[in-house]
Amino acid sequence: MDFFKIIDQLSEVDADVMGRFDSRRSVFNSLGSMAKRTALAATPLFLGSLFQKAYAGTTSTAVEVLNYALTLELLEADFYRQFIATGFIPTGAPANAIAQIKKHEDAHVKLLSGAISQMGGKPVAGTDTTGVRFKGLPAGIPNTYAGYLSVAQLLEDAGVRAYKGRAGELIGTDLLTTALQIHSVEARHAAHIRTMRSQTPWVSPTDDLASHPVYTSGLTSGSTAPTSITAGGSSYGIPAYSAASPVENNTTQSGVAITTALANQYTAADAAASFDEYLQAAEILDASRAGGLALLS
Amino acid sequence: MSDHTFLPAWREQSLGRRVFLRVSAASAASVALIAAGCSGTTTTPTPADPYQLALPAGDSGLLYYAYLLALAQITLYQKVVDAPPTDLTTAERAVFADLRDHEVVHQKTISYLIDTTGATQLVPTDFVFNLSKFTLSTRAGVLAAAQQVADLVAAAYPVLLTLFTTSSVPQRTILLKMSSVQARQAAAVRDLLTPGSFANSDVVDSAGQLLTKTPTEVMTALAPYFAPYVISVASLAVPV
Repeated sequence: MDFFKIIDQLSEVDADVMGRFDSRRSVFNSLGSMAKRTALAATPLFLGSLFQKAYAGTTSTAVEVLNYALTLELLEADFYRQFIATGFIPTGAPANAIAQIKKHEDAHVKLLSGAISQMGGKPVAGTDTTGVRFKGLPAGIPNTYAGYLSVAQLLEDAGVRAYKGRAGELIGTDLLTTALQIHSVEARHAAHIRTMRSQTPWVSPTDDLASHPVYTSGLTSGSTAPTSITAGGSSYGIPAYSAASPVENNTTQSGVAITTALANQYTAADAAASFDEYLQAAEILDASRAGGLALLS
Repeated sequence: MSDHTFLPAWREQSLGRRVFLRVSAASAASVALIAAGCSGTTTTPTPADPYQLALPAGDSGLLYYAYLLALAQITLYQKVVDAPPTDLTTAERAVFADLRDHEVVHQKTISYLIDTTGATQLVPTDFVFNLSKFTLSTRAGVLAAAQQVADLVAAAYPVLLTLFTTSSVPQRTILLKMSSVQARQAAAVRDLLTPGSFANSDVVDSAGQLLTKTPTEVMTALAPYFAPYVISVASLAVPV
């Protein structure tokens, strides 16, 4: 996706395109009751939300962004609960690491639920048997320690991409800091899980899972991107899906090949690993990614 | 599939350039580190201290800050790659080569965001990240140094990202893309030094949030390594 090309194409059909982005300044002003700073200029961190804000007419509230994050945290927390319950995890370092990660996911659930309630929203919920929870291993994943670990990697790396995809909608609120702090912890989890699986801590085109949709982008063919999610006793809107996000193992930034076009030469692995890419909510919740691993009610 | 333009070849695309200037409220180009004694707010002329470096106000100052963080990492990682301690394993040496490569890519990216022409001398020619205070002759010393620097940078990014005021998509987005890579790097280094310490309570609080550091805290921690240069972050935005 070439951002500037898209802007240019939009400019041709809609001379006021930049004005549209600007007029959304008010969106950020209204985000979250905790906003202390003047809302920043309307360009969000991510293209997806940029265009949705400008054209879809659906403006997510901070509560909706947090409920989306909470959905993913509930999924992760319940996944680790089930993983631990299998008894597959060797005692010692592996069990300690998974317990540590589970503890953080539980803390994220508590933190986000509390923030949503504080803002007057209704947090999505999940228990062992109701609401948002892990559906069980998908077809093709062996019911083994290694199988569960591979799902852990997919969930953590997807989580990192998911927080990136919505951070822009929190600009101008204190919630941005919170989201970025959680985002960093998810990345640390991802690095460790990947290490446990003898993969590089950072994304790489040579991963055993590199072709999984978590590392690509777009929606399952034929699926209709939702703009509203009902989960765990609550409902929230998500931004309309536009075009496919960058793939994780992207080695080109706007037509410039990092591998060859710079003064130094970099491998595809370096180019991919130096930047973690985002995914839009509709992509994360697609059946090929987190959506396929979760029960929502 | 590609993403935001920020690399040199982009200059050749006149259309992209034009659009960027419309999106970006203020160009960060051509802003160099300025000597504090020469800053406009001082009315009394004071002799400029050649070792005083003040980061510029606004987003360009934040980019310089990120640039210095990358510089510190590259200096350390390059040294380990060039002269690894004998007890550093082959696999660990490969990790350091990766860390070095990622940070060089980051630094090139940031320097382009500061000055697309590459003409600006971003730091004085004798400015270095001084490694003499680290013990780099042993595996333990190398990993301890790397953990200290990697954790510091990882703690810096979540704060850095919230301080930007620009509407420039490339700046915000590219730095956000780097922030989780910093987190991965820090976790990886921690796991090498102390297996399983990737997200210990000294870096993640009980609410599961990364413990962050402000530019002032980060630069205070790095001050001994930038000496004799003294870097002032007084002009940067202050985190709320």
